[in-house]
Amino acid sequence: MTAGSSLGLAEASNAAIYATMVTLSIAMVLFAASFASGRRRTTAASVSAQREVSHGAVAVMERPDPTAIVDPGRRLANVAMSLTWLATGLLTLGLILRGVWAGRVPWGNMYEFSISSAWGVLVVFLVMSTRRDLRWLGLFIVVPTLLTLGLAVTVLYTEAAQLVPALKSYWLVIHVSAAIVCAGAFTVAASSAALSLVQSRRESKGAQSTGMMASVPTAERLRTFTSRIIAFAFPLWTFAVIAGAIWAENAWGRYWGWDPKETWAFITWVVYAAYLHARSTVGWRGNRASWIAILGLVTFLINYFGVNIFVNSLHSYAGL
Amino acid sequence: MSTLSEQASEPVRSQAPETPPLDSRGFARWAWRQLTSMRVALILLFALAVASVPGSILPQRGNNPLLVDEWIADSPTLGPILDSLGFFDVYGAPWFAAVYLLLFISLIGCVLPRVGHHWRAMRSQPPAAPRNLQRMQAFTSESVPQKPEDVVSRAAEELRRRHWRVRSGSDQPSSDHAVAPEVWVSAEKGYLRETGNLVFHLSLVLILVAVAAGGLFGWRGNVIIKEGSGFSNTLTQYDAWGGGRLASADTIPPFSFTLDDFAVEFERGEAQRGAPRLFEARVALQTEPTGPTRDELIEVNYPISIAGAKVFLVGHGYAPSFIVRDATGAVVLDDDVVFLPQDGNFTSTGVIKVPDMKPQLGFRGIFLPTSAIDDILGPHSVFPDADDPSVFLSAWEGDLGLDSGIPQSVYTLETEQMEQIGLRALVPGQTWEFPQGEIEFTGWKRWSSFQIAFDPGKEAALAASVLAMVGLMVSLFTRRRRVWVRARSQGSGSTLVSVAGLSKSEAGDVSHDVQEVQQIISSGEGEHDR
Repeated sequence: MTAGSSLGLAEASNAAIYATMVTLSIAMVLFAASFASGRRRTTAASVSAQREVSHGAVAVMERPDPTAIVDPGRRLANVAMSLTWLATGLLTLGLILRGVWAGRVPWGNMYEFSISSAWGVLVVFLVMSTRRDLRWLGLFIVVPTLLTLGLAVTVLYTEAAQLVPALKSYWLVIHVSAAIVCAGAFTVAASSAALSLVQSRRESKGAQSTGMMASVPTAERLRTFTSRIIAFAFPLWTFAVIAGAIWAENAWGRYWGWDPKETWAFITWVVYAAYLHARSTVGWRGNRASWIAILGLVTFLINYFGVNIFVNSLHSYAGL
Repeated sequence: MSTLSEQASEPVRSQAPETPPLDSRGFARWAWRQLTSMRVALILLFALAVASVPGSILPQRGNNPLLVDEWIADSPTLGPILDSLGFFDVYGAPWFAAVYLLLFISLIGCVLPRVGHHWRAMRSQPPAAPRNLQRMQAFTSESVPQKPEDVVSRAAEELRRRHWRVRSGSDQPSSDHAVAPEVWVSAEKGYLRETGNLVFHLSLVLILVAVAAGGLFGWRGNVIIKEGSGFSNTLTQYDAWGGGRLASADTIPPFSFTLDDFAVEFERGEAQRGAPRLFEARVALQTEPTGPTRDELIEVNYPISIAGAKVFLVGHGYAPSFIVRDATGAVVLDDDVVFLPQDGNFTSTGVIKVPDMKPQLGFRGIFLPTSAIDDILGPHSVFPDADDPSVFLSAWEGDLGLDSGIPQSVYTLETEQMEQIGLRALVPGQTWEFPQGEIEFTGWKRWSSFQIAFDPGKEAALAASVLAMVGLMVSLFTRRRRVWVRARSQGSGSTLVSVAGLSKSEAGDVSHDVQEVQQIISSGEGEHDR
């Protein structure tokens, strides 16, 4: 990359990433403030309309009446959500500029994988937030995203360069894009699983309808949310692994060789398979399943950081 | 093994009793129930995950045999113990096989009975509508002007058109004549969920079979070829070759090729300096021993296929060229010697053996494509391309030990029967003279290494994987649910219609379906008026 205009692109891309981080930091503070302000009660009446049978209309169920309880953090969370949208736009811009600078998809080294995964987390979260109220989850999405971005710009940063020959394949686009979306979905699932564990502890002590965790859905709803995300991510992860195997066959002459990266991809797959089984096993569908969802993300992260940096693997594309 | 949460009417994995019966038959039945229970399947899944871990931490024979030997040599107490327990070949170890075979037996033991159950369920009618619809997940009721029979038959017809499985009937109140008779429709949808689930699990068995077949009938070999040299595809020409137990020599196609040119380029800019940018092997290929020759390009990610076998470019390195003359000036060796790269900048080591002299000569060498030397690293290369090549040689005199009958690696020099003569660094064109003769470093060539593989199971494995994925998606994205309609005349021409729904899959929402049925009924109102 020699031309002066390329350098401009590089600076623009980096500036967009830093702007993303600033925006996300503000969003994080607002989400945190919103979360900390919790939920307070104004009237004694807590209407819990479990089943509303009405003439000529389908029943709306399981929603506690929101008017009885005030949520002083709502407005803060709304601003934080808007800032998250803005940050995602900036990050998208940063990724595109990085790709234009390098003249390829921005998935050639760990810096690029990291900012792409952060993008994946935000996009999965925002797409899901268009269909349901996810303001309660914002803090637990923004924090891991900021950590990833911070790690990317400080430790993992590399100048854009061409791809090594092993990565020059259209399978890069297919395999890595699936993995990036999975990174997003697994992170969202693990955040919600962790919250469900906290919520379940709180409920077992006798749930109150005020306090920080009161603005977060019930443990059962959190578990359902987690399992829906994993039900979406697990087939996609299966696809990512199959695409990786096809690519490996093309590049290295075997579709499965127990290279550490492949091994850990397999472990992640098995752990999420265990999660889905746990969800249908008596005695496992509650907190145990939530722990497995968290374990799944841990294996994913071990594969990403551990194998890329510390292990001698065919997948050592860290670029460090 | 179900990936789905099914409700009680499904054949869920049994909840096996805690204590085994003591008689042998009862014990066997108990053990089988345990093995095929969901809890044991879960434990086996975790065991599989845990058993996979050591293979990613310890070096494995299949991927890196040299590193394994090094590891064992470095830890003389732990190394041999781990070796005997199979920790350097985890994925071929009996304990690893035990875990996945148990898992597959558990899977088959659970899935096969479910296939039969699902088959029967698909051919039978949905169960009758429960009497008390209010208790269901979603419920609604309203009064409509149509007759109960019209409401129900219209709902049944519309649901059938929308691919629900439908059963209708009526309940005659037995004694209480004050209650009017009720007609009902019971409909169920989403059988594909279980179909997908079963397809997914059975496809996993197919994958295992395909992998096993590939392993039994397939083979794989590695060969290093210097620029200008050739290779013909016979067993003896390989540096390493491994085949399955049922691999047959007939599947080794009789092609041959010459490596005309191997082009490499490395990053010369600041960012990622030294990272490879281009590998290209130009070969002249003959697919049949007497056939015509054609030029082919083999690149990383772009292998060539010949009669079912695939030729992959997997590595490259340098082969420095030497001429060795004896004290009389006669040439005793003139060869390009393959050196093996030791680091990313291609600091390469190798051995030159000169058996045709008395006493014999041997050299240990380090080839540096771009030379540098410092106190810590000693002689080493600072860039992978040959910008400033040199060799560092140590010369030995004595018996190479080639006649001892013990096979020797071409990359190691056994110096037990030898004595060192001296050390010298050479650049291309330089000659090192010593009392026994001289060695001239004339230049270098590149070599590339190829993997040639034949795996008859890979297409089947791919097909089974895709089938598994499709089954998984169908299963996870289909909701199995039931809806019911009950209609009863309230007298004076009005009918009380109740609609209810129940999701049979975990966390399913049936309110949309109930709404849909309701719309069907309300749209029938207009027709009635006409």
